[in-house]
Amino acid sequence: MDLKSVTTASLQAPAKGNGTHAPVVAKVVANAVNVYYGEKHALKEVSVEIPPRSVMSFIGPSGCGKSTFLRCINRMNDTIPICRVTGRITIDGLDIYDPSLDVVQLRARVGMVFQKPNPFPKSIFENVAYGPRIHGSAQSKANLEEIVVSSLKKAGLFDEVKDRLNDTGTGLSGGQQQRLCIARAIAVGPEIILMDEPCSALDPIATARIEELIDELRKSFTIIIVTHSMQQAARVSQRTAFFHLGNLVEVGETQTIFTNPKDKRTQDYITGRFG
Amino acid sequence: MTDNVHIVRSYEEELRNLDAKIAQMGGLAEQQFAKAFDALEHRDPRLAEAVIATDVAIDRFERELEEISISMIARRQPMALDLRQIMTAMKIAADLERVGDLAKNTAKRALAISNEAPPKAVMFGLRNMVDTALQQLKDVLDAYSDRDPEKAVAVWLRDAKLDAMHTSLFRELLTYMMEDPRNIGLCTHLLFGAKNIERIGDHATNIAENVYYLVTGTNLTEERPKKDTTSSSRPGGES
Repeated sequence: MDLKSVTTASLQAPAKGNGTHAPVVAKVVANAVNVYYGEKHALKEVSVEIPPRSVMSFIGPSGCGKSTFLRCINRMNDTIPICRVTGRITIDGLDIYDPSLDVVQLRARVGMVFQKPNPFPKSIFENVAYGPRIHGSAQSKANLEEIVVSSLKKAGLFDEVKDRLNDTGTGLSGGQQQRLCIARAIAVGPEIILMDEPCSALDPIATARIEELIDELRKSFTIIIVTHSMQQAARVSQRTAFFHLGNLVEVGETQTIFTNPKDKRTQDYITGRFG
Repeated sequence: MTDNVHIVRSYEEELRNLDAKIAQMGGLAEQQFAKAFDALEHRDPRLAEAVIATDVAIDRFERELEEISISMIARRQPMALDLRQIMTAMKIAADLERVGDLAKNTAKRALAISNEAPPKAVMFGLRNMVDTALQQLKDVLDAYSDRDPEKAVAVWLRDAKLDAMHTSLFRELLTYMMEDPRNIGLCTHLLFGAKNIERIGDHATNIAENVYYLVTGTNLTEERPKKDTTSSSRPGGES
C-alpha cells in the first residue's frame, strides 16, 4: 500500500476510544479528478477528502457532476465505453485506478445503493445471500444465514420480514425494497457505501426510516450520498460538497454550508436563487 | 447580499415583507420612545396616555412577525442567508417589542410625576440620553435595512457612551435625594426613566449584534466595553 498518498484530512474528530482529538486520516482521497464523456468534460479537477465513518453528501443541480463523481469511487463509470477518468482516487491510500486492481474486489469494498430500489427478482433471503455467495465470503450455510440475518438487522428490515424470508423481494414496499438493497450492499462487508439519491422514490415516512438507518450505519461505514433534497443533506451528513457545472465549488461542515456558505454560487443554489 | 432573486417569486415577496414590517415596527418603536420622553419632559399626561394606548400596536407587530417567520420556516425550509434573515427578524422584533414596553413604562412614570417640577439639570441630562439612544436606534435600524455590518458595529461600540451618561445621571439623582428626602419619589421615577433609556440602548446593541450576524454569518463575540457601573455602586459610598 502506498502510504505516502494517505493524506491527513484537515478536519478534527475525536479519535476512537480515547476521546482525544487527533487528525483523522481520510478514507477516500480524490486528487485532480477529471471525467470526460466523449468530448464532454463532465467533472473538472475535483480534489476532496472524505473522512471515515461519517456521512458526506454531494449536492448540486442536475448535470453538475455529483453522480459522475460518486460513480468514480467504485469505478461504475468503467461500464460506460466513452467515459474517461483522469487524476487519482485512493481508498486507504490504495489507488483504485491501478490497472492491477481487481474491480470486483473494489466493488465489494465500495457498495452502492441506487435511486430506484432494484432488488433481484428472488426471495428476500436470496437477495441478501447473493453477494456473500458469489464472493465466497460465507464459510458455511449457517454462516451465510448469519450474514443474511445480521445484514437485514443492520438495515433495519429484519423485524418486518423475518417471517417471510422466502417471499420475493420485489413484493415489499418501496421503502422496504430500498432497505433490502442496503442490506444486500452491507452483506458483502463493504467499508464504503455510495448512495445515489436513495430516497427520491420514497414517501416521507420511508425516507425518515432510511435517514435514521444512515445515521446508524455511519458508525461502521463511510457513507457518501448524492441527494437533491438539501434538507436531507442537512439532516444526514456531517460534511457537504457542492458541485456546479462539473466543478467542486465548496466543501465543508454541513452546518456551515447551510447556514453560512462561503461561495456565492453555493448560497444561490441552497437558497433557491439559481438563475 | 445576494443580487439574485429567488426562483419562487412569492418567497422573495415574503422576505421583503419581513423587512418592511421590521422597518415599520422600528419606526413605531422610535416614535413611542421619543413621545414618552416628550411627555415626561413637558409634563404632558395626554401624550403619555397616547403612548400607553399605542403599545398594543407594537405588540401586534411582534406577533405578526413571529407568525410570518414561523410559517416561512415551515413552508420554505429557508437556508443560509434566508434562514439568518428570518431568525434575525424574529429576534429584532422581540427587542423592538421590549423597546415599546420601556417607552410605555416611561409614559406611566410621566403620568405619575406630571404635577411635579423635576430639576432642570437632570432633565437636561435625560434629554441628552434620549437623543443618544434615539440615534442609536435609528442607526441600527438603518444598518438593518442597508445590511451594513460596519454601521452595526459602530452602534454596538457607541453604547458605552450611553452607559456612561446613565452612570453620571444616576449619581446626580442620588445627590438630589440625599439633599432633600422629599425629592425621593420624583427622583426614583426619573432614575427608572434613565434606566429605561439605558436599556433601550442595550436593545439597540442586541439588534446590532443580530444585524452583524445576518450579514456576515458570524457572531460579534468580543467583550463589549461597559461603562454602566450603577448596578455595583453603593449609595453614599464610592462605586
